[in-house]
This record gives sequence, structure tokens and C-alpha cells, in this order.
Amino acid sequence: MSGILIRGGQVIDPSRGGAVADAAANGVADVYLLDGRVEAVGRNLGGASGIAGAMVVDATGQVVCPGLIDVHVHLREPGQEDLETVASGSMAAAAGGFTAVCAMPNTDPVCDNQGVVGFIKAQAQRAGKARVYPIGAISLGQRGQQLAEFGELVGAGAVAVSDDGKPVVSSHLMRTALEYAKTFGIPVADHCEDPTLSAGGVMHEGLVATRLGLKGIPAAAEEIMVARDILLAELTGGHVHLCHMSTRGSVELIRRAKERGIRVTAEATPHHFSLTDLACEGYDTNAKMNPPLREAEDREAIRQALRDGTIDVIATDHAPHHYDAKEREFDDAPNGIIGLETALGLAVTELVESGLLTLPELVKRMSTLPARVFGLPGGTLAPGAPADVTVFDPTAQWTVRPDESFSKSRNTPFAGRELTGRATLTIVRGQVVYQRGD
Amino acid sequence: MTSAALGKDLIGLEHLTPAQLELILDTAEPFKEVSERPIKKVPALRGKTIVNLFFEPSTRTRISFEFAEKRLSADTVNVSPQGSSVSKGETLVDTARNLEAMRIDMVVIRHGASGAAQFLGSRIRSNVINAGDGKHEHPTQALLDMLTLRDHFGRLAGLKVAICGDILHSRVARSNIWGLLKLGAQVGVCGPATLLPRNIEALGVAVLPRIEDAIQWADALNVLRLQLERMQTGFIPSLREYNRVFGVTSERLARAPKDLLILHPGPMNRGVEIDSDVADGPHSVILPQVTNGVAVRMAVLYLLAGGAPDWAQAAGRGEDH
Ligand SMILES: [Zn+2]
Ligand SMILES: [Zn+2]
Repeated sequence: MSGILIRGGQVIDPSRGGAVADAAANGVADVYLLDGRVEAVGRNLGGASGIAGAMVVDATGQVVCPGLIDVHVHLREPGQEDLETVASGSMAAAAGGFTAVCAMPNTDPVCDNQGVVGFIKAQAQRAGKARVYPIGAISLGQRGQQLAEFGELVGAGAVAVSDDGKPVVSSHLMRTALEYAKTFGIPVADHCEDPTLSAGGVMHEGLVATRLGLKGIPAAAEEIMVARDILLAELTGGHVHLCHMSTRGSVELIRRAKERGIRVTAEATPHHFSLTDLACEGYDTNAKMNPPLREAEDREAIRQALRDGTIDVIATDHAPHHYDAKEREFDDAPNGIIGLETALGLAVTELVESGLLTLPELVKRMSTLPARVFGLPGGTLAPGAPADVTVFDPTAQWTVRPDESFSKSRNTPFAGRELTGRATLTIVRGQVVYQRGD
Repeated sequence: MTSAALGKDLIGLEHLTPAQLELILDTAEPFKEVSERPIKKVPALRGKTIVNLFFEPSTRTRISFEFAEKRLSADTVNVSPQGSSVSKGETLVDTARNLEAMRIDMVVIRHGASGAAQFLGSRIRSNVINAGDGKHEHPTQALLDMLTLRDHFGRLAGLKVAICGDILHSRVARSNIWGLLKLGAQVGVCGPATLLPRNIEALGVAVLPRIEDAIQWADALNVLRLQLERMQTGFIPSLREYNRVFGVTSERLARAPKDLLILHPGPMNRGVEIDSDVADGPHSVILPQVTNGVAVRMAVLYLLAGGAPDWAQAAGRGEDH
């Protein structure tokens, strides 16, 4: 099997040596991939003549890093293949620079048994784009009553459990999930929302909602569950992963929990670090999501939490919906936006260009730590690691054009937005799955 | 068609200028006189087709608009989609496409969802008038309230108006706040804290926690209808308690430093938010509000249809048919 030699890029691998790897790896270097593994990283591999038989990629001026990993996407298959399929979603992932995604279980049927886990894995295999790791349900049918069979789910290939799409209302169920998940070493990912406080709400409860006459969801609806989950993680010693954090209060709770050594990890989405509730002006249903876009102070708290590590990872919560479903009254439109193809550009534009994160810190939040938090292969360019590599141009200027998306859906509030930073080459298992300009 | 004076649609008062608000009120004045004539009709909108699209029942507002349209000689159609196409799953966007295909000139829309009027206005060429969308705005109701206040006090600037009741779910309150503030009035809101929106003071209004505070402070009270379902959904303990704590009663008004003008957009829950002796008392302008409603709606229809702000000319033409 012939290899791939990626030459002359700025190699960033935070997995080795903390946020910044050793001097050689962070300077300009070559990466050689062979037989689905990272074979070598170093200067001038193979000399001027290169490596015999290897396909050579010139990465001058580009960043070469371990493949980006998104721990929170909705692929809609099985059940809503008109919105997205494993194939279209993993293609969008590859185009966005992601080599792996974790698929939330709120499909139809719910991914609460080995049959659905196996089906999703088989569909991903067939598509041959990004790796897709199914997340199993916490409760059967995501009904919040009875624990799903975590052992069977993990045995079939699930990497975490979550009832995302729905909050885990019962504190008892959450407690048992955290306890039981310890047996399998998997995180319990929670969508933090007190449904009695958020009921009927369609956007953040604040001045904008007051002006628009829309029912708000208070920040406390999220924070109450964040606080509960932290207490239950402390009680059980289980690993709770808090999905899509959106408020400054949540950030403060997580910061204090981490100081006390509680096993809590958290994610934030590109929309929550880029936008505020002002995006709902004009009743733009593409800005309708759950948790809702919050206020400027919340957005700032999320950014600072990504900088200081209180929030571990960036995840998209990629949520495809039909144009028709969003083309209606704000109250009745579904929540969510697509995000796989805009995440890297938003992260570079909003976090790196503003000086909040360095490029190595960005790679850490989008690759190294997602792999570590969810116990996934990848997230490193250490020799012998899987040959999952993302090459991106951190200076590329581009405009978000939803109709050019590989997703089956177009629901994004970022249409027309100018971004900096874009994936140019995505390699999974040593195979090129996406190359810009193809 | 886009009117030079107001733009294409009237969605709310939040984005109108003080001059536009004054224009509507000034235009309404001569229209009041049309309603006093033996033949209550002018040809200003002759040949125009107007659809009154009421997704929510509102007999008062619909009849008021219909009178306004007929007095301007427009052809009108009333559509109440509940029980018809909407229940078969027709969406607002389908409705918009159908209206567009029928070459309607103007649409008056009442809808339960905030933003529905703006949604429709942005998708069809016809002029759209918001007759109440969800909890957002009800601009013509606020305009008729403002006209009534201006009639009585001769001005709006400096006037203190307290809006009392369920501010959280009220489109009337929002439109009144925008309109009154823009024309220099002071606005207070009074109601149970469970029915006041978060950050309402950021709009520039005073929060008056008790009805006694509102009565001490205000020149006029605009008393809003308490929706009975607010009790079932836990915002207030009971209607009886609401009347005891927040009801506008003659005993409470007797302790006011001056006589307060009493407005109510109707329909009233007598004995809940307002007692009958107040509603029917000498300081109530609840019936003049209804009269002014027709004049204000005539003004809005006329201006949006491209009518000249200089109404005297058009009114003059009205007499020779
Ligand atoms: Zn969620
Ligand atoms: Zn989600």
C-alpha cells in the first residue's frame, strides 16, 4: 500500500507536550502516512527525492494536524433520511475537516440497542468518509424511564450514552446512568435543561425576547441541570459530559466543579461562541436553537471558558432540518442548525483571529481533547496513531454558501458570512476523503 | 405598493419614527368626521381588494377594520382559516403564496404567533397590516389608544400612562410602550411580577409594583384584559385574588391625587381587572376608543395605499360622489 507524504506544512500536534508539541513538530515538517497509520513526522522526510511510491501533497502555508473530531452531531439516519444520512453527514464532516463524528441517538428508531448501533456503523463504512461513532441512548426509547443496555451498546461500538434532544428529567435515572456507565468507562453526555422552566420557550429569555414577544428560556433552565449533574457526578464518581453549554452561570459552575476535581467535561458550539440572541431579530428561524443563543456576556463567558479550558471541546451539534420546516412562524420552527462545514472557519475567525486561542489550542479543542474525553482513536500524530489528518489553510478567506453544503439541509444563520480558515484536505485511515477543489 | 409615508407594511410601532406616528394620528382626525356623515363613505380605496386574514378570532378588531375598509370603499374579503385549510396543514407560507397569486392589494392579518405579520409582509408584495401577532405588537390598537389620549389631554408629550395587567403576554402593551415613548409620554407598567417581562425597564418604562403606585403616579390607566388561562398556567393564584390586589376599583381611584382617564382595549372582564362602576364611569373613554379605532384604521389603510398625507384634498373629493 502506497503512502501519503504531506510536505512542508505547519504541523500542530498538541497531544505531545501539552498545548504545544516539541519544536520540530511545531515548525514546518513533513508527515508520512503508511498503511493507515502515521509512519513518521519530521523535517525533510526522504530527502529531496521524497519517498518512493508515496503520493506527495504540498502543504506549504497550511496547518497539518490530527483529524478534527466532533463529539456531537445529529445524522438523522435511521428515520429522517430526507434531512441527512450517515453518508451525507459524514461527507459534510469530511468537507469541514472532521475525520470523526459522534452521532447522537435521537434517531427513529432510537439508538438504544445494538441493532441500530451496528446499522449506523455499517452505513458509515459504506460511505467511507468520516469515522462515525454512535452514541447510545441513556434510556430505552429516550423515554427517561428505564436504562438502556449500556453493555450491549458499548459492545456494539457505542462510545458514550446520551438522551440528547431531550433532557434527563429524573435525577435518579441520571444517577444510575453515571454509576452504571463507570463499568464501561464511557461518559454520560447530558442535554442540560429543566423542561418545567423552559416549557414553551423558543429563544433566550431576555430583552430581545421581550421586544419580539417570544417566550423565553431562562439561563437558569440550563444551570439548574448543570448544577445537578455536577452534584451527581460527585456523588457517583461517574464522568458527566455537559453538552452545548450556553450561559455564564454554567461556566462558573463547571469551573468550580473542576477545581474540586469532579469528573466533568463540557463542550461549546460555534454558534454559542459566535452569536447572541440578537440573531433572532426579524424572527429568523435559522437562529432558533436549543439551548438558545444567549446574551453578549454569556458569549464572552463561553469564549473565556474555551480559552482557559473550563470548556474542554468545541462540538457542532450539527442539526439538519428542511428549509420548509424553518420557513414558518418562529414558535413552530424546529430547533437547530447545521454546523460541520462552518465550525473550523468560525473557530479560526472568532477565537484565533481575535487572539483568544492559538492555533495549537484550537487543535486541542477540536481534536486532541475530543479524542481524549470520549476515549476515541486519533487526536494525535504520534507514530503508529491512526492516519486521520486534517490539513487546513488558516488564512483562507471564504464566504458561507449553504447551497454548496454536502449536508442534505441548509439551515444555517451564517449564510453569506465571511470566514477565515478552511479545510483543504481530509484524510481518514490513510485515505483522502476530501480535497478542496475536487 | 410602497407608501412614501409609511413604507410597505405596518408591522409594529417599534420601527416607526415620531413623525410617522404623528402623521397617522393627524390623518385619523379628519376620518373621524367621515363616520359622522349620513353617507359614511369616501372613495379613497375604490377598486382596492383587502383580505382580512384572521387566524385567531377577534370580532372587535376584525369588525373595526372592516368598517374602516368599507368607509374607504375598498372591496373586502374575510378569511378565518381556523377549521379550513390551516387545519389541513396549510402553512403560513402557503397562505402567502395563495394571496400573492390572487393579486390582493392589502392584507390585514391577526395571528397567534409573534412575527407572523412580518413573515407574511416579507413574502408578498401586498401591503400587510398587523392586527395583532402573538405577544408581539398590535399597532392599530395602540394608535387608537394614543389618539384617545391625545383627544382628551390635547397632547401626548409629558403625559404619564400606566399600562396595567398582563404585560408579559400583551401585544397591546408593547405597541403602546413604543408609540407613547416615541411621542414623549412617560410609560409605567403595573402588574404581578409573574406577568411582567424580564428587562422590561430596559425599554424605558417605569415598573410600578402595586396598582396603588400606578394610581398615584399616572394621568391615565390603560387597563388590560386578564386572560383567564393565566390562572390555569400558574401565573396568578386566582381571579378573585387578582381583583383584590390589582383590580381597578372606584375605592382605589378615590384615593388618587387627580381624576385618571381610564382606557381598556376590551373585551373586559368586569370584576376582575376592572370594576363596572369604573368601566362605565365618567372618566372612562372605553367607547370613544372604539370610535377612534375605525378612524385610525382608515388612516393606516389610506396611508399604506399611497394616500397623500394631505388628507384635506382627498376628503374634499369624497363629498362629490
Ligand atoms: Zn441537546
Ligand atoms: Zn444535540
